[in-house]
Amino acid sequence: MLKVLKSGFYTTIQDTGRFGLRDKGVPISGIMDMETVSKLNALLENKEDAAVLEITMTGPTLEFEEDTFITLGGAEFSITLNNEPIDGFTVIKIKAGDILSYGRLKKGFRGYLAIKGGFKSDKVLNSRSYYPSINPKGIIKDRALIPYEKTDTFKPKLSEMKVDDLLDENILQVGKGPEFMLLSDKQLEYLFFKEFTVANENNRMAYQLNEELSGHKVSMLTSATLPGTVQFTPSGKLIILMKDGQTTGGYPRILQLTDKAISILAQKKAGDTIKFKLI
Amino acid sequence: MKKYSLSIRPFGVHAVLIEWPEKVEEAILNDILAFIAHLRENCLKEGNWELVPAYNSLTLVLRYDTIDFDTFKEQLEIWYAEKKDTVGVQNYLWRFPVCYDSVFGIDLEEVAYTLKITVAELIKKHTTHVYTVYGIGFLPGFMYLGGLPKELEIPRRATPRLKVLKGAVGLAGKQTGVYPEESPGGWNILGHCSVPIFDPKKETPCLVKVGDKVQFYAISKAEYDLHKIEAEVGIYQMEKIKIDA
Repeated sequence: MLKVLKSGFYTTIQDTGRFGLRDKGVPISGIMDMETVSKLNALLENKEDAAVLEITMTGPTLEFEEDTFITLGGAEFSITLNNEPIDGFTVIKIKAGDILSYGRLKKGFRGYLAIKGGFKSDKVLNSRSYYPSINPKGIIKDRALIPYEKTDTFKPKLSEMKVDDLLDENILQVGKGPEFMLLSDKQLEYLFFKEFTVANENNRMAYQLNEELSGHKVSMLTSATLPGTVQFTPSGKLIILMKDGQTTGGYPRILQLTDKAISILAQKKAGDTIKFKLI
Repeated sequence: MKKYSLSIRPFGVHAVLIEWPEKVEEAILNDILAFIAHLRENCLKEGNWELVPAYNSLTLVLRYDTIDFDTFKEQLEIWYAEKKDTVGVQNYLWRFPVCYDSVFGIDLEEVAYTLKITVAELIKKHTTHVYTVYGIGFLPGFMYLGGLPKELEIPRRATPRLKVLKGAVGLAGKQTGVYPEESPGGWNILGHCSVPIFDPKKETPCLVKVGDKVQFYAISKAEYDLHKIEAEVGIYQMEKIKIDA
């Protein structure tokens, strides 16, 4: 078990999410920054759907009760293992009783802790991912115990990885959304030349942007939305849906982020800037 | 059944959007459902596809791989041309028990007043009509119901409530429906449905599907309390009637 001494601000269990229930209104959920986590799980030679901890803004303090191996990545925190600083994207051997402690957030927004074999909390509708009304136990509280399998020996094929720093990127590559053609030349120019800042309203469901386009009067029938869909409200606001985002919506869908752009955005917080680039 | 002219457009690299003419119409919905049945049975067995119908659209989502749009569009056109008209899916009429007691129906009086009818007439009208499920989305288990009679159309509340209870039955614009979970909301609340429409603990968490019909019926506070207990212990059976294709 992983014993949670301090939970941090918003720490959740996430995997690749729920698939197959979108026609019942169930969001996919799952890891926000998949670019990072696929590397962390690869280093541990885990399956792609191995569950990890997603650590937002302020990290937890954790005690490991069995031997295992972990990898850390995503947002940069000052992290210590038994008070010694440790690095990201490196396979770290853990002994029973070790204490991992997250300090100050330096860069990015969401950190990840992957563990050999993945966390083994209960699945709800085929996924361990937290979603409030479906799997409320997926959010970590003080004194919680999170199951994982003990691993004594593991010889990783690769013990560390050099990664391009996703945290320094702020250009979101996008495809045209289904209602892209509604945009006027003026709106297009604004959209692709302007720098946008992330609004205070940003979470696992959606990121709103502070700068607005000129509004519109288009009314459309409700239709499907996806993670990475950029919605355009009548008042001109842009809302980028993320992993816990609603499955349908009635606003024009003007852009669609690439998978990598979703990961880049997942590391942004209020006030950070982004730019759109059409592929 | 006639064939519609479809608009097929890319929706990112993992999804494709197919649109029928922009109308809320049972004939269109049935054509979409027949196409879904055909795709599921004969075309998209392989891979990890999600098919999401809503009003006049169908979105096909592929889990991991990317879609080669031009090839896939041609393929979809062929599949649509091949489609048989009969829907291979059994649809149901679901009867949802609603307690319109004033404890729950916090806006009943106001709505009746605005619509210039009595509360009893309002309940009678709301329970007489049969609604069609045109989509499920927004929140897990939230049904977009079509077929609200004109005389029940009423604007949303000027100020949304910060908290509407799970199970609340509301009325707004051309829509009526049930809040599947506690959330903020601006609908006028008429009553409370005693049984959950979405239950994540069940293997099939949501029994209702797009294309089904919904009718509400009024229950007393005592019946409401009994249903609540039955639903909690898991013995409540939702009432459903087969609809002939």
